Amino acid sequence: MDEVSVDEGESNSSIEVAPALIAVHPLEESVAVATGAELRVFSLKGDQPINLQDDSEGPSHSEAIRAISFGAKGRFFASAGDDKLVKVWAVDSWHCIRTVCSEKRVSAVAVSHDGRWLTFADKFGIVWAADLSVVRDSDMPVNRKPIPILAHYCSIITSLEFSPSGQYIVSADRDFKIRVTVFPRNPSNGAHEIQSFCLGHTDFVSCLAFVKTEEDPLGFLLSGSGDSTVRMWDFPSGCLLCTCDVGEKAELGELIGEEDHPAVTDLCASPDGSIVAVAIQSFCGIVLLTCDLSTKSIAVAKVIYFKKSFIPTCLGMSCSAERLWTVTGASNFPSSTTLPLACVKVIDGLQNCYLDSNGAGPVELENDSIPGGEKLLTKLQGSVSAAKEEKALSEAAEAVKTAMRNLLIKKQYSAEKRDFRKRSRNDKKLKQ
Amino acid sequence: MDNKPDRQSKTTRLPRKRFYRARAHSNPLSDSHFPVPVSPSQFEYSLHYPHFYPSEETNETDVGISSAAKTQPKIQFADVGCGFGGLLVSLSTLFPDTLMIGMEIRDKVSEYVKERILALRVANPGQYQNISVVRTNSMKYIPNYFEKAQLLKMFFLFPDPHFKEKNHRRRVISMHLLDEYAYTLQVGGTIYTITDVEELGIWMKSCLEEHPLFEAVPREELEVDPVVKLLTSATEEGQKVARNGGQTYQAVYRRIAAPLVENGRVSPPVN
Repeated sequence: MDEVSVDEGESNSSIEVAPALIAVHPLEESVAVATGAELRVFSLKGDQPINLQDDSEGPSHSEAIRAISFGAKGRFFASAGDDKLVKVWAVDSWHCIRTVCSEKRVSAVAVSHDGRWLTFADKFGIVWAADLSVVRDSDMPVNRKPIPILAHYCSIITSLEFSPSGQYIVSADRDFKIRVTVFPRNPSNGAHEIQSFCLGHTDFVSCLAFVKTEEDPLGFLLSGSGDSTVRMWDFPSGCLLCTCDVGEKAELGELIGEEDHPAVTDLCASPDGSIVAVAIQSFCGIVLLTCDLSTKSIAVAKVIYFKKSFIPTCLGMSCSAERLWTVTGASNFPSSTTLPLACVKVIDGLQNCYLDSNGAGPVELENDSIPGGEKLLTKLQGSVSAAKEEKALSEAAEAVKTAMRNLLIKKQYSAEKRDFRKRSRNDKKLKQ
Repeated sequence: MDNKPDRQSKTTRLPRKRFYRARAHSNPLSDSHFPVPVSPSQFEYSLHYPHFYPSEETNETDVGISSAAKTQPKIQFADVGCGFGGLLVSLSTLFPDTLMIGMEIRDKVSEYVKERILALRVANPGQYQNISVVRTNSMKYIPNYFEKAQLLKMFFLFPDPHFKEKNHRRRVISMHLLDEYAYTLQVGGTIYTITDVEELGIWMKSCLEEHPLFEAVPREELEVDPVVKLLTSATEEGQKVARNGGQTYQAVYRRIAAPLVENGRVSPPVN
């Protein structure tokens, strides 16, 4: 059936390609970019680059960082990746307060809202929790080792988030599933009570975000997927409220080439859902959606096209949702010569995206008008001029796309090829 | 069916096992390529249970299905790793009004069970309408088939023991998978496990014992439960063990409500 689109070569090296990541502090006090094993932070509050300090006596990141996240309402920042290390940073001082060793590579990370629990997911689908509380008295020893609390059966977990109330932990995987689990007060005995599964996506789920209003403080869940849709869920019941086929609705048809259903690679939302920014595979730009929480619907508000070959690999936004921070780049891609690549772009005036074409809509900021200016770019990109390496950027985007496909899309083999692969299996018992 | 009579026994018209040879094991970790319903609401009941879901009704209007489905029964028993379907066939007549499904990962075996059920339906008009089989990997796709608290009974009979420690994660009973089984079982629902491998018997029992959402069913209740007897007598594996005079290890547990946690204190469960 789909044999035409079979990925012929199975190059393991392409899986090692890691996209550049960006995370914005909830109050926009700082911005962090991860590319390869490098973590770069700029303080917008102090208008200066940050030198990270490690007090945790653990090793530093040595391989590609795969997940970064601000947690506990901006008090902590967590980074984790292929080197099986999860590092937690205190945001006020940017000191690393804890290094947790994972058994497997880490694919997602989240810190609970109260700052007590670090949770992370490994590539075998297990979610672990580690207690971040400081040992106060000796008669209550805190278990320092991470504890496995739940598992998606051998499926890569792509995203991990706490619900706005902190009551649930939500995990998404490459097997089209979103699992909503009750997060217990003390997860050291595991999180066994599944509240719901949000099922409806027909390809890997790539990203999650929550939106809420005063009337619905529990909030709603948004998810983006390889099936080209963004969906809204009543997550405590697992009920699908709305499906928005972003690829189709935004009429990207010709802009993204031959692909019918370009994957949604990342999304981030303002807390009330009025602005939802979506990054799409192979698309040089951003699609802005808007969620109407009273009618439970999602609609395309505006499509922003970037001038250069800039395909965002990751998006970030603060709670005020005035600006959208985007990054593109990769590490370990075949033609990368020296440093891992990262290029940052900022969109301002998001709140104006409903104005008609005469009004001042969202605008792409020039280098000198970005908060932090060239100082920020020098820190986060490695140099001010990274944006000029157009060829490298498009190569990086292509490499990220291939890597993501190899990682998240199930391989389809023709009948003959399947037989051939079976013959070359190395786990067969040798018959005497 | 009529164009391959050689696959069936001349006297009973049942499929013959020798034509459905299959590997004894299948790797549950590998990517699967069989169709899986996107969500439980998309499971094709009319295909599996035509007697309970007559096709005229579903053909009338597309809108009508959802409202009609609400009044129609849902699957309440699941035999996970049903093998050649012995238990299903026995349960079918014991609970004629309960829909049950066998889940089997080996496609030839599931094919055999399918033919067996069809042949039984033909040979015994009006009977065996409540059982069916799907080829699936239950370790990955249980939530795609059953809604929360839909099931009354789940069976895990003579599962693959996976002796090597590195393969323990392939076992069908584990702390993490029990979370999913607890999700699909209603409070008061029962999980039946049995094996002839002592090591696996101990493993399954300890997983169930440790899990906060399950409690052991008392011995008195087991003695009067007609299903318990079938665990050893109805399945092909069970009969094989009995023939060889082997020992079996069973663990039957009940789904209990999650303890309510308020102000950090655990209060007794409320039903």
